[in-house]
Amino acid sequence: MGKLKTIARRTFLIGSAAVVGGVAFGIYKVRQTAPNPLLDDLPQGATALTPYVRIDGQGVTLIAPRAEMGQGIHTTLAALVAEELDVAWDSIRVEHGPPGAAYYNRAAIEHNIPFADPDHGRAAEAMRGAMGVMAKLLPMQVTGGSSNVVDLFDRMRVAGAAARFALVAAAAQKLGLPAAQLKTDNGQVLAPDGRRLTYLELAPAAAAIELPANPPLKAREQWRYLGKSMPRVDMVAKCTGTATFGIDVRLPGMVFATVRMNQAMGAALLRFDATAAKAMRGVLKVVELPGGVAVVANNTWRAFQAAQAVQCDWAEPGYPASTTAMMEAIVASMTEKHRDSRLRDDGDVDKALAGGTVLEAEYRVPFLAHATMEPMNAVAWLHDGQLDIWAGVQNPTAARDLAAKAAGLDAAQVHVHVLLMGGGFGRRLESDYVVQAAQLALAMTGTPVKLTWRREEDMALDFYRPAAVARLRGTTTGKQAHALDVRVASLSPAESNLGRLGLPAFGPDTKIIEGAFDQPYGIANYRATAYRTPAGRPVSYARSVGNSYNGFFIESFIDELAAQAGDDPLSMRLALLTHEPSRKVLSAVASMSAWGQSMAAGRGRGVAFHLCRGVPVAQVVEITTTKESVKIDKVFVAVDVGAALDPRNLEAQVQSGVIFGLSAALYGEITFAKGAAEQSNFHDYPVLRMQQAPRIVVKVLESGGPIRGVGEIGVPPVAPALANAIFQATGKRIRELPLRKHIDFV
Amino acid sequence: MKLTVNGTSHAIDVEPEMPLLWVLRDELNLPGTKFGCGMAQCGACTVHVDGNAVRSCVTPVGSVSGAVTTVEGLGIPASLHAVQAAWIEYQVAQCGYCQSGQIMSAAALLQKNPTPTDADIDEAMSGNLCRCGAYPRIRAAIHDAGKRIRGA
Repeated sequence: MGKLKTIARRTFLIGSAAVVGGVAFGIYKVRQTAPNPLLDDLPQGATALTPYVRIDGQGVTLIAPRAEMGQGIHTTLAALVAEELDVAWDSIRVEHGPPGAAYYNRAAIEHNIPFADPDHGRAAEAMRGAMGVMAKLLPMQVTGGSSNVVDLFDRMRVAGAAARFALVAAAAQKLGLPAAQLKTDNGQVLAPDGRRLTYLELAPAAAAIELPANPPLKAREQWRYLGKSMPRVDMVAKCTGTATFGIDVRLPGMVFATVRMNQAMGAALLRFDATAAKAMRGVLKVVELPGGVAVVANNTWRAFQAAQAVQCDWAEPGYPASTTAMMEAIVASMTEKHRDSRLRDDGDVDKALAGGTVLEAEYRVPFLAHATMEPMNAVAWLHDGQLDIWAGVQNPTAARDLAAKAAGLDAAQVHVHVLLMGGGFGRRLESDYVVQAAQLALAMTGTPVKLTWRREEDMALDFYRPAAVARLRGTTTGKQAHALDVRVASLSPAESNLGRLGLPAFGPDTKIIEGAFDQPYGIANYRATAYRTPAGRPVSYARSVGNSYNGFFIESFIDELAAQAGDDPLSMRLALLTHEPSRKVLSAVASMSAWGQSMAAGRGRGVAFHLCRGVPVAQVVEITTTKESVKIDKVFVAVDVGAALDPRNLEAQVQSGVIFGLSAALYGEITFAKGAAEQSNFHDYPVLRMQQAPRIVVKVLESGGPIRGVGEIGVPPVAPALANAIFQATGKRIRELPLRKHIDFV
Repeated sequence: MKLTVNGTSHAIDVEPEMPLLWVLRDELNLPGTKFGCGMAQCGACTVHVDGNAVRSCVTPVGSVSGAVTTVEGLGIPASLHAVQAAWIEYQVAQCGYCQSGQIMSAAALLQKNPTPTDADIDEAMSGNLCRCGAYPRIRAAIHDAGKRIRGA
């Protein structure tokens, strides 16, 4: 369809909207193709054929609409576009895209629906459709929930194929030949007579060509980049100190700042005295912020020192302020009044429990910090009526809108430049540090300000993974689980996060119970109930979110049921699983780990299975125990991702999830006094170190099912597999994380 | 005050107690060395002083008399150090934020011991945290870099 037709259709629909009101406009908004965000800011001589491809004098740049925070997404997204566009791998450059409606993430929003992933019934599909519409309208340009490849597998390939179509069509016009006679070869169009035209010279003419909506895509057998282990596009820079993270941005005349906030997050700063701080060397300004102060200086360390010299008088928080009070509030919310959802109720659980020997257990997990290696930071510069922001953000649209609000500007006056992230894990879905930088830019109008948090602020001002309590009951018949009743209570990360975005949290927060209600176990009587603890200390999403604790609850308790039934824990799970790809990964991990073969005295192994973001993952952990401590020797992992786009990166992501999950399982715990975290740095919030890292063997199965992301899936099964191994080796059942509260580790 | 970094001598006017890290990053605009914790807990800030790995975030610049080498001075994309080449071969980095420090610690280890055992690696690298959990590949890349150094 030509441009004229598009405009005509738009006019018609807006006309209709004037007659019938918001409904027609709503449909128009949903069907409308979002504008190409690259066109707003296109340098002279550059062409942006699609929102994902920019061609200029330097060559072809692929625009990644998602945040690179370690998961290798820039490389995989580049491979998706390059595969269809036909450009040489070593010529590719990748940049983060700006905030833009075109970059909305449908898949990240879709998986919040209250249906299990394998459920493709009418109600589930209708709800996914509605969520997709919401993602587009908001728009939500988020990186999270292992959603990137799910969301972009087709979109990026279509972008590459459509751009290639336009370049070939432009060459056909230039050469006076039918497009069908032309081929492409690594960034050039090739004529039958050997003439070659580069994409660069064709780009201006190609920009005038209408792009096809559904260009044909290569068959899998024709792939040359996808399905292969490609060298990461960011690897050389990251190994030579030349990669630019948010914290590395340097602008002429820039000044350096840090904050000192009420560590009881959200509570006020009552009064402060900055006299001493202002007299310190290099201090330029002390700025009062809501809930704290910032110091601007001519060096980051000087800002750090001066911020500590400010005398502050802090208000108490309006929520439970100690760990004990917070845990009591969670337990107290396990009542009908606070029931958030009951997303599974198979069979008759009450009747089944009344008719058998009931196994009953309570499990607990603590609050967790994200503790990314790169502390929160952002650069902001208010100049000439516009605000430029450079930062690592997982939600650039939200960062832009919230920064605009803080600076009293329209969103159109705010330009967010997204940088590489030294870890995200969900922390950078929040925009608090960007808002602070915007406030400082306003206070220092005309001067670029770099805000850097100390590690202590990063630990204290985190939106933690909420603590959770589970009460489980179950019965067994013969060698099989007959009933499972799981009740989970927690603060709602969705309510807390959406509140900060100014959005309502409608319906249940499936995050509280994800990983507990949706597991493909065919237990005849299976009920899962979530309770929402009234809002307290702000919390948010962390890698694998609810799965991070529900995996521990369910998979530990299944092990308890197996012990009660006198069955092998792996065999019992295999018999319960109703989902064929899940059975296959569990069988695969059994043979990888030689499950069932006897082990030397003092050694033990444990198994756990989890279905997370549609990916079945099974793990076996092997340990050695001594009188003093436990050593984790080896972790075997089998996963099924549908199709593996980059096997070597996939292995890295799974290993990453295992190590991240082990840090939480062994050590992770934030406790509170007077609303403030009692941990401040890596000495009292330890994470796994080299000498504790086990060997991790990963096997990837490709069932050919829907393509899936793997950023989170390594996390949920490792804590229960380890706890089950400890039980097997020592007879000690640990029902609380971190495990080190109950047993020592090497 | 004089400070030699990557073979270049700089005259700097800062408090002697300012950590070397912030002189490198903010005064000399060498951002390859990273800030992680500020208390020698994470190793992201590791640089060499006269070939020894030190945590620049707790090293007062006034106490530095030797030559400083940062990751920018170890090797550049067009001329990689053996450790960097091994890191790329094994595709070690994920988020990459800790890798400057990991690479500097590994280079210092291999300088003294080009045939490290796993236990040697554990000891030398235990001060460098990686939240992405790249440890298995870091270990493999150090063994490979040792081979490269021995072969060179």
